[in-house]
Amino acid sequence: METIKLKRGSPIIDKAFKVGVAIAAFYILAIIALIVFQLITGSSQIWAKEGISFLTGSDWNPVEGRESYGAAPYIVGTFVTAGIAMLIGVPLSIGIAMFLSELAPKFLRTPLSFVIELLAAVPSIIYGLWGIFVFRDYIKNWIEVPLNNAFGNNVWFFSGAPFGLDIFTASVVLAIMIIPTISSISREIMIAVPNSQREAAYMLGATKWETFKMAVVPYSKSGIIGAAILGLGRAVGETMAVTMLIGNATGAAAFPSSLFSPGQTMSSIIANEFPEASAGSLHLAALIGVGLILFVVASGINIVAQLLVSRVLKSHEGAVLA
Amino acid sequence: MITIEQRAEFRKHFRNNISSRLIVDKIIKIIVLGCVAIAIVPLGSILLEVVRNGVPALSIDFFTQAPGAIGSDQPGGIGPAIQGTLMLIGMSSLVGVPIGVLGGIFLSEFGNNRLGHIVRFFNDVLAEFPTIVIGLFAFIMIVLTFGNFSILAGTFALSIIMLPIITRTTEEALKLVPMTYREAGHALGIKRWIVITRILLTSAKSGLITGIMLAVARIGGETAPLIFTILGSDQFFSAFDQPMDALPLRIWRLSLLPYDTATTQGWGGALVLILIVLSLNIGVRYMFLRKRNGGGRFRITAGG
Repeated sequence: METIKLKRGSPIIDKAFKVGVAIAAFYILAIIALIVFQLITGSSQIWAKEGISFLTGSDWNPVEGRESYGAAPYIVGTFVTAGIAMLIGVPLSIGIAMFLSELAPKFLRTPLSFVIELLAAVPSIIYGLWGIFVFRDYIKNWIEVPLNNAFGNNVWFFSGAPFGLDIFTASVVLAIMIIPTISSISREIMIAVPNSQREAAYMLGATKWETFKMAVVPYSKSGIIGAAILGLGRAVGETMAVTMLIGNATGAAAFPSSLFSPGQTMSSIIANEFPEASAGSLHLAALIGVGLILFVVASGINIVAQLLVSRVLKSHEGAVLA
Repeated sequence: MITIEQRAEFRKHFRNNISSRLIVDKIIKIIVLGCVAIAIVPLGSILLEVVRNGVPALSIDFFTQAPGAIGSDQPGGIGPAIQGTLMLIGMSSLVGVPIGVLGGIFLSEFGNNRLGHIVRFFNDVLAEFPTIVIGLFAFIMIVLTFGNFSILAGTFALSIIMLPIITRTTEEALKLVPMTYREAGHALGIKRWIVITRILLTSAKSGLITGIMLAVARIGGETAPLIFTILGSDQFFSAFDQPMDALPLRIWRLSLLPYDTATTQGWGGALVLILIVLSLNIGVRYMFLRKRNGGGRFRITAGG
């Protein structure tokens, strides 16, 4: 009879393995701590010079000798574009999630949700390219110009000269980009609603829509809000597509004056002006400072979202990798 | 969730106006179907335009040559960009995969405590960091310290972006391995690290590969962090401390040029990039996620 040789392993390596694994885990924490530290020290110059007016000011002048930096227009621009993207994206995503979890025939559910998720697989740069060369013409000729002609003189947010590279275009493309995030998490949360809830509603004679309203929405509300906030976090941090489509105004002109005016977000100003900023200059410190603000905003949004989403899904089948 | 008073109210409501309620139901169904259509149209349009505009750019030279002079008749190719993207993917994986897998092992096998919860939480937060911030960080850490833009700085940035994705998928994959496997190993007196590396990792292989492929698809499309790290270049790889080109970066540069040849090349680059990214994602889907109900826990993300 052949004896089976069993490799049991040495206890020393066992200890070493445990240490190695813990080091990898600490590496993640260390990277995050280092990011915070480096962003703060890298931008200390600008905080020392501008102080709080870096947050509230709107001057942006990198010319040496007359340097002055204020990030307020970009902070506002970030929230305006992300906000408009949410206004468009969230209702659409909830509709999609409702279709995929409640209405679609069984054979269609998996392939269709995969197609929606593929929207998330398209790199940001390709959204940007498509936005500049394809989408821009459609949105300009079909939406912006008619709206501007009809309401431009009376309603301020339709005023301005529609050019296609503006806050509205950037926001719409952002909306498309966050749809897969919000809709697929919402779908999972809606699927997690116990069927007994739906059956109870059907028993009362509710239609599909009434069932959704009565049984599914109350049960999955906080999860859907979490998914939306996660989408917001993504919209806030999105760079390339926005940089290519927003029109890149600087200084006070970057304050969104209407839907059809060019703007600037925190991420797009960093991407746009970085090549011009030399090492050690105040300009670079200002850009890193904007990065720090962006980091704080995006992380705050994400932490809230993680807490909401993971609490809902934890009881169900473990948290999602979002 | 429904109280008794509510139920009585619903009953009263439901007894009446059935026809108008059915009409509302129909309208809502149509609206919801419209939502799905609105989401699919952009995807279709992107794929269509990338193929339609990208195919004319394709040629042998396009894949192998370095870019020619800007605006000239000889546009050259995007060889350095393809080389750079492949190198960046390979080098970032060399750094990111081992650390990510080890981190995942920690979370799954040793992470059922306070430290584990903290790491898990911050790992999820790191996964959602704006990638441009990670690019700035790599710029400060590597480029400013060593004094030049380099493929190493790009590798550092992209490995950080990979890390949380791989850590999380590894953890999930390992958790799917039945507890009895671990117990059987321990009953034979096998040390924990052998149980983990020989039994658990082999059982969770497909989950691990899924995570790695999704992470590779993700960093393949990353543009923002590369602006701060590898800078872009017209030359093929020469040294590890020199600037380098990458596909997404090249597409961006080409899209800013006012020449038709540049635009065509940009579309060609986009076609190559989207083929890489989508084939990875669809490959994952058909190889590993088929049995899973929608593969919900492995979420697809794209580079920013």
